Order: sequence, then C-alpha cells, then structure tokens
Amino acid sequence: MIVEEEEKSRESPQGRFSTAPGGPISTRTQARKILRSLRKNKNAIAGLVIVAGYLLTAIIVYLTSVLKITIEPYNPIKQFTGAPYSPPSLAHWMGTDQLGRDVYSRIIAATPNDVGIGLAVVASALIIGGLVGSYAAYRGGILDEALMRVTDVFFGLPALVLAMAIAIALGRGIVNMMLVLMIIWWPVYARLARGEALKVSHQNYIEAARLSGTGKFKTLFRHIVPNISITLLVYATLDVGGVVLAYAGLSYLGLSVTPPAPDWGQMVSEYQDYMLSAPYLTFFPGLVISLAIIGWSLLGDGLRDALALK
Amino acid sequence: METSAEIKSSSEDVILSTDNVSKFYPIRKSFLSRSPSRFVRAVDGVSIQLPRRKTTAVVGESGCGKTTLARTVTMLIPPTSGKIMFEGRDITDKKWQNWKELYRNVQMVFQDPDSSLDPRFKVKETVAEPLRGLVGAGGNEVRKQVEESLEAVGLSSEHSDRLPGQLSGGQKQRVAIARAIATKPKLVVLDEPTSALDASVQAQIIKLLLNLQKQYELSYMLITHNIAVAQYLSDQMAVMYTGNLVEYGPTRSVIEKPRHPYTITLIASAPIPNPWKRNLLNIEIKGEVPSAINPPSGCRFHPRCPYAEKICQEVNPPLEAVAPGHYVACHFVNKTA
Amino acid sequence: MASTNSNLLSIRDLTIEYAGSDGTLTAVDQVSLDVPQNKLIAVVGESGCGKSTLGLSIIGLLPTPPAKIAGGKINYKDIDLVPLTEKQRREFRGTEIAMIFQEPLTSLNPVYKVGDQIAEAILVREIRRTKKSQLAANTDIMQKTYSSRSIQTTRIPRFRRHLTSQLRTEIIDALKLVRIADPEQVIERYPFELSGGMRQRVMIAMAISQKPSLLVADEPTTALDVTTQAQVLKLMKELMDEVKTSIFLVTHDLAVASQVADQVIVMYAGEIVEIANVYDLFSDPLHPYSKGLLSCIPAGYKEDTNLEPIPGNVPNLLNPPVGCRFAPRCPYVMKICKEKKPKLVESKQGHLVECFLYGN
Repeated sequence: MIVEEEEKSRESPQGRFSTAPGGPISTRTQARKILRSLRKNKNAIAGLVIVAGYLLTAIIVYLTSVLKITIEPYNPIKQFTGAPYSPPSLAHWMGTDQLGRDVYSRIIAATPNDVGIGLAVVASALIIGGLVGSYAAYRGGILDEALMRVTDVFFGLPALVLAMAIAIALGRGIVNMMLVLMIIWWPVYARLARGEALKVSHQNYIEAARLSGTGKFKTLFRHIVPNISITLLVYATLDVGGVVLAYAGLSYLGLSVTPPAPDWGQMVSEYQDYMLSAPYLTFFPGLVISLAIIGWSLLGDGLRDALALK
Repeated sequence: METSAEIKSSSEDVILSTDNVSKFYPIRKSFLSRSPSRFVRAVDGVSIQLPRRKTTAVVGESGCGKTTLARTVTMLIPPTSGKIMFEGRDITDKKWQNWKELYRNVQMVFQDPDSSLDPRFKVKETVAEPLRGLVGAGGNEVRKQVEESLEAVGLSSEHSDRLPGQLSGGQKQRVAIARAIATKPKLVVLDEPTSALDASVQAQIIKLLLNLQKQYELSYMLITHNIAVAQYLSDQMAVMYTGNLVEYGPTRSVIEKPRHPYTITLIASAPIPNPWKRNLLNIEIKGEVPSAINPPSGCRFHPRCPYAEKICQEVNPPLEAVAPGHYVACHFVNKTA
Repeated sequence: MASTNSNLLSIRDLTIEYAGSDGTLTAVDQVSLDVPQNKLIAVVGESGCGKSTLGLSIIGLLPTPPAKIAGGKINYKDIDLVPLTEKQRREFRGTEIAMIFQEPLTSLNPVYKVGDQIAEAILVREIRRTKKSQLAANTDIMQKTYSSRSIQTTRIPRFRRHLTSQLRTEIIDALKLVRIADPEQVIERYPFELSGGMRQRVMIAMAISQKPSLLVADEPTTALDVTTQAQVLKLMKELMDEVKTSIFLVTHDLAVASQVADQVIVMYAGEIVEIANVYDLFSDPLHPYSKGLLSCIPAGYKEDTNLEPIPGNVPNLLNPPVGCRFAPRCPYVMKICKEKKPKLVESKQGHLVECFLYGN
C-alpha cells in the first residue's frame, strides 16, 4: 500500500489538536526563511558587516605579517613617523601618539590579537564546555554530579586574580592571557550544554538509538551534540564580544603584550594620561573595542531571532 | 488458525514472559541519603506471557505502569526484581549480555512521532541505524534493506532523503515503524503508536500494523489507553492498575465478560461511537486514580470498588483463573460473574 | 437553517484568516451555524480543520495580529459580536459566554489558590450584575470588598486574608456543583496539588459559576484519562440541565460527540461539510468525509470488522484545492467536484450537507 503524497500538517506548541496554520516545509525553504529573516533584521546585517570587517582585517594583517609584507601605512612601532600628538589628519588618519607613532597603523596591526583571542577562547570554551556538559547530561548519575562539581570549581576561579597569578608565574604575554581566558570561559558552556543535552537525552530517538545498538559515544556525537549545537553556537556568537572586552581589560592592566607592541587595551592604558590634551588617542582604541563587541552582539541577536522565528 | 478465545500459553508458543517483574524508583531525600524511605512502585509484581505471532494489549490509565512495563520488557530500564524470559533465555540475568542479539529480535515504536526521530537524521539514516548497529551491515546491503523497510510501510524512495520536519505525523510514525522492522525482529513493543495521530491517520497506521504482522510474522505488545484500539488489534488483553496486573485474558473474553471491578469500569467508560448506546451517562465511578508513591494497602482498587470488604484492604489478591486463559486478581471474582 | 431568533448563537458566513510569512491562510471559510438554547452542539474534525479557531472566535480570544475575522457575523442574542471592540467583547466573556480549555494545567494560574480564582469569577459576575441592574440589593459582597469607585474595574484585592462568608459559601457551592469531594479543602489548594480531572472540574466550576448562557469547550477531555473523561462528560451534561446553558463542544473524537451531543457539525479544511442531529449523522451520514470518519473509528474486533482508512491527508490551507476540498480523497468524486465548490444544502429536515452528490 503506497501512500499518496501527503502534506505536512503543522503541530503547534499547544499540541496536535490546535489548529495553527501550516504547510509543507522543505530544507531549502527553511534555509531561505532563515536568510530572509536575517536580511529583514537590520541589526543583524549591521552586525554581520562589522564582524566581517574585523575578520577580514585580522586575516589580512596576520597573513601579511607572516609573509613579511607590509600593509599598514606606517610601521606600527616606528617612532616619529610624524609629529607627536598630532590630531587626525589626512596623513595620519587617527593621529600620532606621544612617540610619534601612527595610531591607525597600530590599531590595524593589533586586530589579530583581539579578534584571534575572541574566536579562540570561544571556540575552545564551546568544545570543552560543550563536551563536558553534554557528556554529563547523557550519562547522568554520579558522573553528572562529579563533572558539574568540577565545573563549579572553575566557575569559582576569580578571573583577575588568576590572570595576575599566571602573569607572575609564567610571565605576561598574549598567549598566557589567552590561556587564562580559556580556563575561565568554558564553565558557562558546560552548564548551557548540559541543559540542552538534558532535553535531548529524554527524547525517544535516544532510546531508539540504544535499541539500535548505537554505542554511548556514537550516540553522544551523532545524536546529542548536533541537536544542541545551534543553541550553543548562537550563544557563542553573542559571547565573542564578551571575550574581546575581557581581553581588552587584561591588556589594559598590562598583563598582555608589552609596549611597543600594539594592542588595543594596552593602548588605552598607555594613552589615558593624555586624555585631556589629546583625546583622540584614547578614543580610537576604545572605539574599535566597542565596535567589535557591538558587531558580535548584533550578529548573535540577529541569529537568535532568525532561528527562533523559524 | 487459532481464534483469540483459544490461546494456549505453552512455552513454545510464548515469545516473551515476565515472572513477577517489579520496577521501583527510590525517592531519595537528598543525593547522599543512604536508604530511601519511599519508592514509586511503578510496576509491582507483574507476570505476563506474550504469545508468539499474536498481539497482546496492555491497557490502563495514567500511572498504571504500562509504559514502564514496556521499557522494562525491552530492558531499556532493567527491572528492580523479577525475571524476563525471551525465547526461553533469562535476559535479566547479570551474566547475559547479548544486547545486540536481543535488539535484533525485540524492537519498539514510540508514541510521539516528533520525539522518536532525530530531527537531523534523514529518513534513510534513521532506518539504517539499527542495521548498522545491530547487524553490522554496510553499504549496499544497508541500502537494500532500508528500501525494503520503507516500501513495507508505504513510503517510497522519494521520502528517504527527507528530514522529519518535512513529514506529516503519519509519515513520521511510518518511518519509526520502518526502523523497528528493519532487522526483521520477532517482537515489537508498540507504545501508544497512534495516540498522537488524527483519526484517519490512526486508521491507516492500524491497518499497516496488521499487514506487517502477517507479512513478517511479528508478535506485538501493544500499550494503549484506548480501549477501542486495543479491542480491535489485540488477541489477548491485560489490564493494569497502579502497577498491578488486575485482569488478563483473551480479548473477546475481557471485553465482553470483564470480571475485575476496575476492568468493568474502564470498559464502561470507553466512549462508544453510537448515540443510541450512551453508556457514559449511566456510569458511576468513584474517586480518582491513586498515586504510585502511596498506593492504597491491599487491593489497590479497594477505595473505589463497590464490592470492597475488609479483606480487600489487607491483602492484595493474586491472579486466579476464571475461564480458560482468563485471569483476574480479585477476592470476589464470583460476585462479578 | 432556522432563521428565527430563538437561537442563542447564529453564525453567518464567518471567514477567519491567518496572515503568515508564507501568505494568507483561510482557517475558517464561510461558516454558518446555529446554536439553540440549552443544547449541546459538537464540532468534529481533524487537526487543522478550523474548529478550535471557530471556538476561539466565538469568545473573542483569537490572537488578532496573525488572525483576522475577514467577514461574516457572530450573532449572540441578536447582537453581532464581530464589530465590537475588545472592551465591549469583555463584557460578554464569563457571564454570557464562558470557555474551558484542553489543558487544565495551563488554564489555572499556578500562583493563586483555587478558591481565590473561583472567587474572582464570582465577583466579576456580581460586578456586572450590579452595574446592569443598578440595584443596591445583594451588594453585601461588594460593600465588604470594594469601594464604590472600583465598581468600574474588575480587579480584586489579592491580599485579603479571608473570603467573606457569603462569597465562601458560593465558592463551595460551585465546587459541590462539579461534584468535588471535600470542597473546603480544595479551595485552599494550589492547582499543582490537584489531579488533571480535578483541575478540569475547577475550570468548569469557574465557568459555570458565572452562569453563562453559552459554554465553549475546546477539547475539554482530550488530556484526561478515560474514566475521568467519562466523569467530566457526564458532569457537563448534567450541568447543562441544571444551569440551562448551551455547550459548544470542539472535539476530534466522534465517539465522545456521539455520547453527549444533540447536534453534530463536521468540519473539513476550514469548511462545514455536514450538519445533522446526532442520530441522523450516525445512522445516515451523507458527506463522504463523514462516512470515511465513521468507518475509520476502530470498533469491534479485527476478525469481523474492516477498518477503512481515508487515503491521503488534509490539504494545505495555504493552497487549498480548487473546487471541493475533499475531492482529492473522495471515493465518489465527480468531474464537477474538482471545478466548483458545493454549497451547504438541506438534504433532509435538519440535515445539511455540502456535496454535489446531493443536488446543488
């Protein structure tokens, strides 16, 4: 008995007997719907543009530095490329600092730091936290409790104190600060992943996987992780801005790169003495930090709205 | 062919039987407390036999334990005590570990078609999962068997690349059934397979299940709260109440001559699609379904039973035969005859 | 269709649309029906047929941004409800038209005691009655809990410690009316402490305590156990006689309809396909869909009965088929069915059907 082509009847959240309107939805239409609502959301577009700009800059700067090509208008650490404390002009778009270095070049050169750390920390937190949380939720019982208590320990670590301790023990520097942030950042993802994974673990298809002889790890990676990934990814997108801010804070405190190497947070700290006489100096690093955070937040928001509206 | 009134339960004819199976969930006051003081007695001392190539319906209302019994029989949730014999082997024995072999032969179809399919798996991947996991088949062999299963449930190859979100409720349930029969099992446990479906789709699935049973010589354990569906599909019917099996026998016998007061009430409450037989308006039912944590002492039904006497409060009656193959757990079976 | 004004509710050519990102969906298409006094009308159909939308529109609880009444009249006691504003509609809710829903857990407020929620219903009734009648009689309840200013609103002070004795008696009477044992205990309980059946009875108590003339019930027993369902249905029938309301019952279950309804309306894909009194529908179903529905209810044993499922599935309402909506699945389909839509005609006394098989 071959069944004729059936149309999908939508089941609304209230249950199958309510009559919300619906119709057949193919994957292509679903993707198109998401893109359409993303496009409609002006904030999301703005966010996407900003984020794309930062990513592009970071990649270009990093590649060119590796290939030993210069892309910045001036050498970021060369002093006296212009008169010190000059305000923004055609020659120096963002002015020069107290040692005559071109601020614009410094900012561009520093892009891979913040962007790179933002992405790296969130990615590692996603992976570590995601795996810990989803494994804990799937196995349940004592393993769940144990893993969550470990997570709680990491939750309790004070970021700043840890950063300073590491700076003293292992020295300052960008890699060490990235390490600190990675240690601090993953517990939230563990909790989030655990919550989502708990919902998924109670679905019948997980029981069906067991009845199909699918092993525990295979179930985790093929069934649980893919189904929690969207929520986690949306959260992660929103979160990159948070990492950028945290890192900027650490480098402001001088725990990251040392001058003359350029870094946004560190530049804010370095130029703050001149805030009254040459406000453009602190303005631009602050601006790029804020814009980065805004860009990632807008994109994350837009993504979340687009997926929820679907 | 045997009629449902003549089912024998000799051991060759029985594909699965449970022997005094119980499942208790401890209620712990805190994570660290040693011995829990109270238990949820979801299934309490159930002994049932599933005849080969027949359908056994387990009916009851919410909290009666039928869903837990279904999970227990498939060993998804191993019982707290009691034995389960599948084709003569004790699968509750700690030494027995042939899970793959068990699940090649025992499969399950779940109630909610949305929850039983991974929303990110295409139809063909869902149906292929048991073939990969239990039979270790690969490539072409899997593809062939998936095609065969889909065809058997009335779906075509154009459905095999779709995701559950592109299917209707009835189609999703068909995919779930295709997955369950992929390894050509002997016993399929059906947990409310049609409760989440519309009337016309429900009829399609019921017809499909009947055809598949003939085609693949399947034994079914049908869990349902819908008496009409149970009556239509099953050869043997078991009635559960608060974890206990209270009546069990050939379907015709249980429907037409129910002997346990709860069964009588249950069958009388099922709405008959016949305006000249308005059974619902004449029944008198006292009280509500009790909680499984603190069930009434003795016979669990005694607070609501019109025939209850002192002994009912003290002793939980065992199952007794009242007719060939028809068992009732009641102290006063004769009163209800 | 009787065109006299003895009907409590008269719906004529009602059309309700949902605006979505994919287009406009007509959930209810030119529906006309009557609900007489003190009768139980069951609207039966499968998912997406529009029965719930219809029920919500009567009481005016349609989510009006996506939904819109695109045409037609809902005449309740000779007043057309469609053009009324939300504020005017509110005057009818509760005391004239009440509603009970499928899921009692989400219909009762979880943070207030059951007694307080019933009190609210009773007080609303009293306020309206006092406003309407302009009598000072029976304002004991009012005077003890209200100042004269607040007669304009229906807010009830939440921080009262005791219900006035008269109000308390009324509440207990309402609970007794729905056959709840130990009503004094129940009024102190919170909804989560009660079982599903009890919650549903409390909802019925709240609805009935306002003495409405029409009770809209949307799948009231679907979420309940079989024995509880029987108790609640029996209760509803008995209350109908005691309180003299009409009931507009929305259900997917034909068997339930056969047990309690006086008249059955069968809906398919947003349209009414058959209206008949319950005996006529079950003895002589006219529309092929009604016949199909009846023959796919499992009854009897598999050895003697044949279940005939209706092939195919409900159409996509965004793109309904041209002509009769049931034509793609109809075993009696004729050429005209795919071209034109049939109208609802009276085939026998009181038995209407929308199908080309019966004239048109």
